[in-house]
Formats: sequence, structure tokens, C-alpha cells
Amino acid sequence: MKQLKKQSRWKASEEGYVLKDTIRIASGQGFWGDWLDAPVKQVKRGGIDYLVMDYLAEVTMSIMQKQRSRNSRMGYARDFVPLMEQLLPHLVKKKIKVVANAGGVNPQACAKAVLESAKKLGLAGKVKVAIVTGDDMLPGLEGLVKAGHKLTNLDTGKILKSELGSVMSANAYLGAWPVVKALEKGADIIITGRVTDTGLTLGPMIHEFGWKEDDWDKMAIGTVAGHMIECGAQSSGGNCMIGWEKIPGMVDPGYPIIEAHRDGTFYVTKHEGTGGKVSVASVTEQLVYEMGDPENYITPDCVADFTSIQLKQAGKDRVKVTGVKGRPATDFLKVSLSYFYGYKAVGTLVYSWPEAYKKARRADQILRGRLEALGLKFEEILTEYVGHDSTHGRLAGKPDPEMPEIQLRIGVRAKDRKPVERFSRELAPLILNGPPSVTGFAGGRPKVEEIVAYWPALIPKKEIRARVKVLG
Amino acid sequence: MSPQVKKKRSTTKKVQLVKLAHARSGDKGDTANVGLIALKPEYYPILAKQVTRAKVVKHFRGIINGDVERFELPNLNALNFLLHGALGGGGTISLKTDAQGKVFSTALLRMEIDVPRGLKVG
Repeated sequence: MKQLKKQSRWKASEEGYVLKDTIRIASGQGFWGDWLDAPVKQVKRGGIDYLVMDYLAEVTMSIMQKQRSRNSRMGYARDFVPLMEQLLPHLVKKKIKVVANAGGVNPQACAKAVLESAKKLGLAGKVKVAIVTGDDMLPGLEGLVKAGHKLTNLDTGKILKSELGSVMSANAYLGAWPVVKALEKGADIIITGRVTDTGLTLGPMIHEFGWKEDDWDKMAIGTVAGHMIECGAQSSGGNCMIGWEKIPGMVDPGYPIIEAHRDGTFYVTKHEGTGGKVSVASVTEQLVYEMGDPENYITPDCVADFTSIQLKQAGKDRVKVTGVKGRPATDFLKVSLSYFYGYKAVGTLVYSWPEAYKKARRADQILRGRLEALGLKFEEILTEYVGHDSTHGRLAGKPDPEMPEIQLRIGVRAKDRKPVERFSRELAPLILNGPPSVTGFAGGRPKVEEIVAYWPALIPKKEIRARVKVLG
Repeated sequence: MSPQVKKKRSTTKKVQLVKLAHARSGDKGDTANVGLIALKPEYYPILAKQVTRAKVVKHFRGIINGDVERFELPNLNALNFLLHGALGGGGTISLKTDAQGKVFSTALLRMEIDVPRGLKVG
């Protein structure tokens, strides 16, 4: 990594590209499955230099590994290809670059598919596609463990060795620098594997402003900017608690845009005339989302101090961000491993007034009695009463005896498939052989699901080498 | 009840946090975080004083099975709480409706705290 950074800066000065004073980076996707129209609208409304999209949740990588093992041309966010096919003519015309971690565990295949789309559109040669790889640790994982890397689970403190056989994916979180390198090679579309959400935004800022790797405040500024838009509309009025009813135009919310300046000042804003709201309150809610220790927001690129951030309303739907402080990056990268854990199933039934809650409770007792009589062993059986306590537990207080209806929701989990399978057949009989006035079973038997669990760990940076390659 | 206690009582009133703050929560493994943000800057010192780690531990007793960590962000008029062991194993392991801790935010807003009797709320 170290070498890569130095080389990038050297190349940048050698070729002497012109640094920009201001760039606009638009968020098109907060997670794989977010609003399909968002990236399209961001590009068509224009006035942006970059479109950044985050596709990778923790468990997504394991699904992609499975897909690739069945078909060597799979293993990436497939939605990305038709989206690019739709957007490429606009991207070329408006000179908008795309940075997305849509490559999953197979950025190469994803890039090839995008290039095929470009060819189909007659844009071959007009779009440079680059891939960022090197995050995939699965092929070398055994070697790393043998060499003494414990990959201790950051949540549980367990070492990986005993679970090594059930690991399904292992990816190091790369930062912004490989993205910078791809941009220096002239890439228009950058498809990465596991690059951090914040790195997707920081990368373009480093590239366009010529920021230095040890300018830790600048690294933190770009990281905070990335955090502000990584969850899509969550900073521009979506899921916003304050004044939620009065946030206008949520049929067509504007996704957030970072207007970044070379001196490190930046603004969070959105397109004029769109719905939603960008306010100090909406941005603050996003800042605290999934926050740990605010003084130590650790990324591959720096340690950002969230207690230094100053926010100020600077116009309608425009928040100015200043003051951000950073400290040197650590010598480690975070690793996201996924491993096979076991099985689970969740089923529901709905009971109506009168005595809805009492009936649901009785059904739960009967079901548990039957599971016990069958001698089934579970790691956990969880009962929730949706409409009463599924969100706030005992804080919800006593159930209203006159409640019009309630949903009984029962989940089970076990290492073996068998007891979970049997549980899935024990719910429906309650309709005829349990308490009365029950409905809501049209969905059929609960589905038995495989649990692929997440294992966060650390690896020294020197063990991971990011690679950047331009394809066409 | 002594007159002294009575007098002390009359200087404060109980207010639910939902009238003083907004919040957002998320997950990291089996830990939920709740960011609690003052609705007005003048509420922040009250939140910082009243919403202590001990109070939050008590509030979530029986709901979470781990420790609580508390952080202050006076620059954002916000507090951040990490609620460990809150999500039934977290992520894909959890059987909970709220496996990602999305609504722990509103659960915290149910808490009542003491504020000066004269404080204008809402």
C-alpha cells in the first residue's frame, strides 16, 4: 500500500494534470436494493462530476462467492450492469465518472459486462473501465492463518482457526488510494471489490485536489463527506425523525450531493426542486448513524475525529461542514469474513379482538410445549408480539386488553437443519388446533434459511496488496 | 416528607426525552448505537447531565445483555450510546424484528429525565 501511494503522487506531479477547485460528488445508492431511480435522476439532473454507489453489505460478499463458485462470470452486483447501460450515454456526454463497489468478488466479470454494454451502445473506446481488486483474501486465507494471523473476531474475541472450514468469504476493506490510482490512469468507471463506502468519495477528492496521504485532516474531511452520503437519502430527509411529517416531496427525494472545495470545506446539498430536506438536523442524524467512538472513526485512510465536525445551515438544503480533524491511519485493515453458522426460521400468525394478546400468548405456549415434546433442541426460540412489544420490549408497558389485533411472531435457530425444518411445520396446525380467531397464514410455511454470519477482524496492511487494472 | 425535599422537588419536572431530542440508531454486530441529538442547543447541557450511562443501563435492563458505553459530541449537541448485546446475536444470527437496531433510537426517547421547572419544552 505504501509504495502505491507514493507512486501515485509522483505520477500525478509528473504528468501535471490540472487540479480542480470544486467538485460535486453525488450519492446514487445507499445499499444494494436502494431506489433504482436515484442514480438515474442524479445523472440526468446533472451538474455533478462523480456518481458514487455503495453495493456491499457485510453478508453480500458470501452470496457473491456462492454465485461465482457456480458460474465464473458471476459474483458481482448484477443490477449495476443494466444501470450502466442506461446511463453510459449520459455519463459520456456530461463527463461524469462513476465509482462503485459493485464488483463484489468478481470486479473483472462486472467490468467485462459493462464494456459489452458500451460496445452495444457504440461507445467502445469512449469509456475507460478500471477495476480495483486485491481485497479478496479467501484464496490465501489458510496461509495467513498458518503464518500466525489469528483474525480474532472483534465482537466475540474468538480466533478464526476453529471456524476456518466454514468460512465462505474473506475481504479486506481497501481505502481511497486504489481509487485514486484508477482515476490517475484515466478511468471513467471504477468498479471495485470491498472498498470502504467512505473511500469511494474520498478517492475522487484526493485525485482532483492533489491532497497528500499524510494530510490527515484532509483525509478525515473526505471520510466524513463519504459517511454523510454513503447511506443515500438518509442524510437528505429520508428516515429523518425531526419534523418528518413536514419534509416535502418524498415521492421524489433528492439524494445527497457533496460539493467539495480544495481547501477542505465542503457542503452537503441536493438538486434544486427535488423533495426531501438537507438540514443540520438531517445531516446530524446521518453522522451519528452506526457510530462507535466518535473520536476514533477508523478507516484505512485515517482516523477521523467526529467531535471536531462543525455544521452550519448555509442556505436552503445546504449544510456547510468545517473543522474536521484527522489523525494518522492505523497499520491495520479491517477484514470482513463470513462463515456458515446454522439455520433459522421465523413464522407469524395474526389473532383478532377480543382478547387478541391472550390468544397469541396461549398459542405460543402450546407451540413451545409441542416443540419440547418432540425433543427438538434449539439455540434460541424468540417470541415477539408485533403490534405490542417487537420494537421496544418491556418498555412498551402492559398490552392493551382491547387491542384490535396482534401478530404472533416466533423465530427459532439451531446449528442443525432438522429441528428448524420441523418447527416450520408446527405453526400451521395451530390454525385448526389452537386458540380461536386466527388468520394471516397465507404466506405458507416459514422458510428455513441458512445463516451466514459475519466475522469482523483485523489484518496488518502489509499483508494486503491492492491492484488496479484498466480494461478498455 | 420533609419540607426541604418538597422544596427541592418543586424546582424540576419530569419530561420524556422525545420532547427534548431526536435520535437515530444503527448496528455493528451485536451492538446497537443510539445517537441522541438535542432538539435545541440549550437542551444539550441538560441531556449531557441527565442522560447518564447508569440511567441508560437501567432503562434497557432486560432488553440488552451487555454493557453500555457513552460518548459526548458537544459540537453536534449529541450523545452517542453503544448498547452491547442488544441485537440477539446481531446481523443474520438474530431472530429479532429489529435485528439491525433501527428503532432502539425511539426506545431511548421513552426515558424520562428531570429538567428545570421553568424550561420551555416543545
